Amino acid sequence: MQPLVELRSIGVSLGGQPILRDVDLEISAGQSVGIVGPNGSGKTTLLRLIATLVRPSSGVGSVLGEDLSSPAVRVNRRAIGLISHQPSLIDELSLEENLTHFVKLTGFSMEGVDKSFSVVGLEKARHLRVSAASYGMKRRLEVAWLLIAKPQLLLLDEAKSGLDDTAQELIDALVTLTIERGGSVVSVSHNPQHLAGSQFGPVRRLEQGRIQAVT
Amino acid sequence: MSLWKQSVEIARVDLLVESRLGDSLKIILPFAIIALMIFSLAFGSDLISIGNAGPGVFWTIAILFGMQIALRAAALETEPRRDLTALLGLDPAARFLGRSLSASLLLGGFMSVLFAAMLLLFNPVLPTGWLWPVATSLVLSTIGLAMLSTLAGEVTVGLRNRTSLASLIVAPLVIPIVVGASQVREAMDRSSGILIWILLLTTTDLVLLVAGVGLSRPLEEASR
Repeated sequence: MQPLVELRSIGVSLGGQPILRDVDLEISAGQSVGIVGPNGSGKTTLLRLIATLVRPSSGVGSVLGEDLSSPAVRVNRRAIGLISHQPSLIDELSLEENLTHFVKLTGFSMEGVDKSFSVVGLEKARHLRVSAASYGMKRRLEVAWLLIAKPQLLLLDEAKSGLDDTAQELIDALVTLTIERGGSVVSVSHNPQHLAGSQFGPVRRLEQGRIQAVT
Repeated sequence: MSLWKQSVEIARVDLLVESRLGDSLKIILPFAIIALMIFSLAFGSDLISIGNAGPGVFWTIAILFGMQIALRAAALETEPRRDLTALLGLDPAARFLGRSLSASLLLGGFMSVLFAAMLLLFNPVLPTGWLWPVATSLVLSTIGLAMLSTLAGEVTVGLRNRTSLASLIVAPLVIPIVVGASQVREAMDRSSGILIWILLLTTTDLVLLVAGVGLSRPLEEASR
């Protein structure tokens, strides 16, 4: 069975600067992978590469069965869920308007919206503008969206940073749900504690654009 | 989801955001009207010169300030938001069409108010039966400017000084729109046909539509 993510000697350069060098990574269905690394080590670029939002400069790889260098790789983007280190919401809209915007753009049923708000504990804040919402609320809304979208490949970029215990548990629950559905998860963080626990197997270390070791 | 439904959703949210920020209505429009007033005062007390200059001044201000309105949605877009829309499976052509639609509606309102202000401030002599030809030229030029600005916004994604660069791209390419729109009234003054100028505006809009839809995917991928 082909892995969901397969990277072989991948390098990525941005603006002429090498960010990732000779990265090898294989992630099978039902597997969750944790990657820890200091700021500037290339964690975000690695996730954006797997999300097909950045192209490799060298090496070969595939995501969800499509070659990373092929234009066909973009057809699977809807099966990829990304929580980036900066919330990607529209500040001028309310939390509910943001979620319904995503649902309308993708053509999902609106039926899941109420349930998602309930699960992430945002029922009373749904009419709050994103510009007035806390960081934790924005993260919860992104979790609410991913509960509706049910991505096959879940990518978490510092997803637990700055969150309280309850919100961190929501992220854990999202990871568990994705794995139970047969999907895969890649989570990166500068903080090894955010990748601790039984959800992630051996944690890999990313330094200066290279995956150094399994700890 | 169909291209058209995605386009309408993009336009709906762009207009909702603009209605809450209100920059076009509260800042750009009043400033454009003030610019019209300054021009009318600069012509002194020669009412004939003021009247003759009115339409030309209108188009200069409409294009310069209109570009700022049409480029607003692109300027507000952040990289994480663009990443998210890519992962939502948004067709880049839908973003072009939706953004052009919202910009056309905003520009339409802006141009209408600005044109009314120009009539009041400059009191130009207009030929008989001017309303429908001028309205048609306004609509076609508004759509063209909206599409051109949206396309320039897409070309400059990810670049520093994006808004300034986009304006530089729009400025020379807007010439057929300005010529077509201004010549409609001139042709009526000369009692010559306006069809050729309406045709120029329509052709420009169609070229921009085809270019915008056709280039949206390559531009999206080239920005990554």
